[in-house]
Amino acid sequence: MPDLLLELFSEEIPARMQRQAAEDLKRLVTNALVERNLLYEGAQSFVTPRRLTLHVVGLPAAQPDLREERKGPRVGAPDAAIQGFLKSAGLKRIEDATIATDPKKGQFYVAVIEKPGRETKDAIAEIIPAIVRSFPWPKSMRWGAASAKPDALRWVRPLRGIVCTLAVPHDASEIVAFEIDGVKAGDMTWGHRFMAPGPIHVRRFDDYVDALQKAKVVLDADRRKAIILADAKNLAFARGLELIEDDGLLEEVAGLVEWPVVLMGEFEPAFLDLPPEVIRATIRANQKCFVLRDGASKLANRFILVSNLVAPDGGAAIAAGNARVVRARLADARHFWLTDRAPLSDARDKTAKPLDQRLAKLERVVFHEKLGTQGERVERIEALARELAPRVLADPGLAARAAHLAKADLVTEMVGEFPELQGLMGRYYALAQGEEPSVADAIEHHYKPQGPNDRIPTSPVSIAVALADKLDTLVGFWAIDEKPTGSKDPYALRRAALGVIRIVLENGLRLQLGSVIDVALEPVERGVTDTSDPALDGAASGMPDSSPRPAMAASLLAFFADRLKVYLRDKGARHDLIDAVFALPGQDDLLMIVRRVEALGRFLDAEDGRNLLMGYRRAANILRAEEKNDGAGAFAARHDPALLVLPAEKDLADMLAAAGAAARERATREDFEGAMRALATLRAPVDAFFLDVTVNADDPDLRLNRLRLLNELREAMHGVADFSKVAG
Amino acid sequence: MIHDRNPMPPAPDVALDPTRSFQGLILTLQTFWARQGCVMLQPYDMEVGAGTFHPATTLRSLGPRPWKAAYVQPSRRPKDGRYGENPNRLQHYYQYQVILKPSPQNLQELYLNSLAAIGVDMALHDVRFVEDDWESPTLGAWGLGWECWCDGMEVSQFTYFQQVAGFECAPVSGELTYGLERLAMYVQGVDSIYDINFNGGDGEARVTYGDVFQQAEEEYSRFNFEHANIDVLFQHFKDAEAECIALLERGAAGDRHLMALPAYDQCIKASHVFNLLDARGAISVTERQSYILRVRELAKACGAAWLRTAGGRAA
Repeated sequence: MPDLLLELFSEEIPARMQRQAAEDLKRLVTNALVERNLLYEGAQSFVTPRRLTLHVVGLPAAQPDLREERKGPRVGAPDAAIQGFLKSAGLKRIEDATIATDPKKGQFYVAVIEKPGRETKDAIAEIIPAIVRSFPWPKSMRWGAASAKPDALRWVRPLRGIVCTLAVPHDASEIVAFEIDGVKAGDMTWGHRFMAPGPIHVRRFDDYVDALQKAKVVLDADRRKAIILADAKNLAFARGLELIEDDGLLEEVAGLVEWPVVLMGEFEPAFLDLPPEVIRATIRANQKCFVLRDGASKLANRFILVSNLVAPDGGAAIAAGNARVVRARLADARHFWLTDRAPLSDARDKTAKPLDQRLAKLERVVFHEKLGTQGERVERIEALARELAPRVLADPGLAARAAHLAKADLVTEMVGEFPELQGLMGRYYALAQGEEPSVADAIEHHYKPQGPNDRIPTSPVSIAVALADKLDTLVGFWAIDEKPTGSKDPYALRRAALGVIRIVLENGLRLQLGSVIDVALEPVERGVTDTSDPALDGAASGMPDSSPRPAMAASLLAFFADRLKVYLRDKGARHDLIDAVFALPGQDDLLMIVRRVEALGRFLDAEDGRNLLMGYRRAANILRAEEKNDGAGAFAARHDPALLVLPAEKDLADMLAAAGAAARERATREDFEGAMRALATLRAPVDAFFLDVTVNADDPDLRLNRLRLLNELREAMHGVADFSKVAG
Repeated sequence: MIHDRNPMPPAPDVALDPTRSFQGLILTLQTFWARQGCVMLQPYDMEVGAGTFHPATTLRSLGPRPWKAAYVQPSRRPKDGRYGENPNRLQHYYQYQVILKPSPQNLQELYLNSLAAIGVDMALHDVRFVEDDWESPTLGAWGLGWECWCDGMEVSQFTYFQQVAGFECAPVSGELTYGLERLAMYVQGVDSIYDINFNGGDGEARVTYGDVFQQAEEEYSRFNFEHANIDVLFQHFKDAEAECIALLERGAAGDRHLMALPAYDQCIKASHVFNLLDARGAISVTERQSYILRVRELAKACGAAWLRTAGGRAA
């Protein structure tokens, strides 16, 4: 049972592509093996910056032999058919075929084709070059003299060597020979670029891992990560510091070294005046180093770097060199920090505060070609935030001020350098120029929540701005008909809608979404029509005629309903109950929708509710059947009390009058539990009604009156939820 | 001339030591790449943003003919001016550019050897190849490669050109671009560009980078950001664009082209004027893209013309 060792040795593979490449290699090779009936026991792939390695254990020495029987024409068939059969079966003479007998067909020819299995080695020599040639790198390249030809090999970076051996455990090992664009598969690889650059001959995986280890290469990325993490923690601990862990950075750094050596560098404590997030972003993004904590929350003026070299000076020169770069970068960051808080030299209004001055620059930044500039967008968000403020108990002036400044940090030097600091820098700069803390908070938090698990803004001013930002985005893209479709949602509109839903529900806010959308839509609509230039782009810009505002608002509301369903389903709510509530007219208050769904769920969980539902269904079925005969709306009028003859129908009529009124009144007061309780009192009279009363009475007047009574029952219940949508 | 049969090695010349002087660094790289058989060119005599713009790289990387060249290229990036106040940023700086077509098998080794030649001890320093895909929207060019790190400092760009002027490179060239000031700071161990020792002299005889360029950085920053005449520059852009197109038309002669190089000069000019306008803040975000596109169209047309010249096609 031989094992396969494959190593594709190249110039440095980008760290971000390594893991996927290792997975792809394993998947592609093992799939190809299985397709060829080469079943294996296990496979594992590895990756370093310079090599992609695959180890497949327990392969057969050869493919199994295949025996195929192919049915041919009947004996005595025309010669043309016989010749065709011989050709397709690869036989020389018809005597080579056997003759089989079938009770229906009689005698006919059968060719037995035996295909001896190929040796595994030959199959692999065929599989690997094909996989290498079509490997799914996110980006690949050509190189060298061979790149003059049109069909040149592509790889992520130049491919320099291939190891491919098949080795029987404790026994022989052989090279699987093949060649791809001049690169020959063999048994030779190389160690660490600087510490062990010489060639290494390998026979099998165990040798290979050992030899690499000796040649200062840790093959397994997870081992490199573990080494880095442990060494970094120890080094920090020895200094009384704590490593600030960063999984993304750890993964990347492990993809930049074959032999991780963790070192510590230092910078001047004076830089600690910078916001800690800025220090971290600078050191992380530019230098791929980790920052350290000194005590509970303060950053230390030291950092952890991961080098690829065991240096004779213990890494002193490497640490000093890195520190020099970190210092230069921090000096840049400090320059941004100072510049951003100072007036602009070319400011239009010299008396304006620094962030306000930067706003002018937003007027030149295009948000979307059909939705105007960021400046115009800020104006809309500001107006909307002011409008929303009273509804979320925020001060309109503060909400407008926060919205006004919310995007100003996008044109600061710091956010230009570190986009991930947007919002946060706005907060720092707002506080620096003496804005209210609630305004600074709102600037920081208005992008939130960024996803289903991100925190939501909770203070009123932040809520107003966060809602305004998201609603403006949604109505804007709705107005230019850029709605999400299928898996495509380039403007993250689903996330924006979910953000609105979470902010409203988790803060317990009352908001008539329909009217809010109308308010948000108005300036967007005006802007979109204003900027449209029929001479330039008649078809693309401007409001599509077929989509006037009410239709657009309805479509956006329906989108919210969909997102709300997804949200509630994730929380475990029943899909049918959500439908039952959404089917009611005018449902645009998210919080009330949810309350109603919850109340309905509890109602139907109780015995009275379940039984009443059965009664409702019976009534609805009868009505549906009779409406087919008499026409829709035939029973819409009120019943005539004089025609109530049986006690059960009198009871129902009495109870219905009381319960219907109570349910309606309580639902209006948003006491959905109370409304459900009122309906629950109908259970007994409904049960009795169906027991004692024949709805389709022979007397047409009685029949009509009873159907009208049932229709009243249906309507009373629909005042609380559309029970026809309830499943089960 | 009498030949000494046992010549003494020359005394180490401090002025030529790559770790002691800026010029020593340049001369060492020149010697190194001359030994590799490169044509030692001089800087292109026009304002460019990077060594890549030199026709010895842009145009010579097109077509099948082998080509090896190396040169220093003064590079101008008007927007990077900091009035001589930032120790790491300049609006005028030097690149050392190597172009090898086709890219040799041992290009990484050659590059590392060149670092060793200028005094980087790779047993002591951590040299790394970190992903950096290169793209020049104005030249319609892209390639894959790395930024080369020395103890965390980016000292070079290493690129395998895949496309230039919109044409697939066949064969692919390898391009090395050394940031000379960065490297000099590194090997000399100084923290400011302006403290780089230019001539290797000590005491009175020492000339620093600041002595040579500090004043220029201040003056050009004023020019780039405040005083360059915007109307004149817009006119220059239009003129260069029009001249480039005119030369491309007039130089066309059947399947050949007779004026690809002069046309390309106009493309270079347009590109630099655009950079100046950009530094002056005269080009809005929306317009920016369209200007880049206009320069790219010129570059593409020049590349197409070059492929119809003797230099651009097969022998």
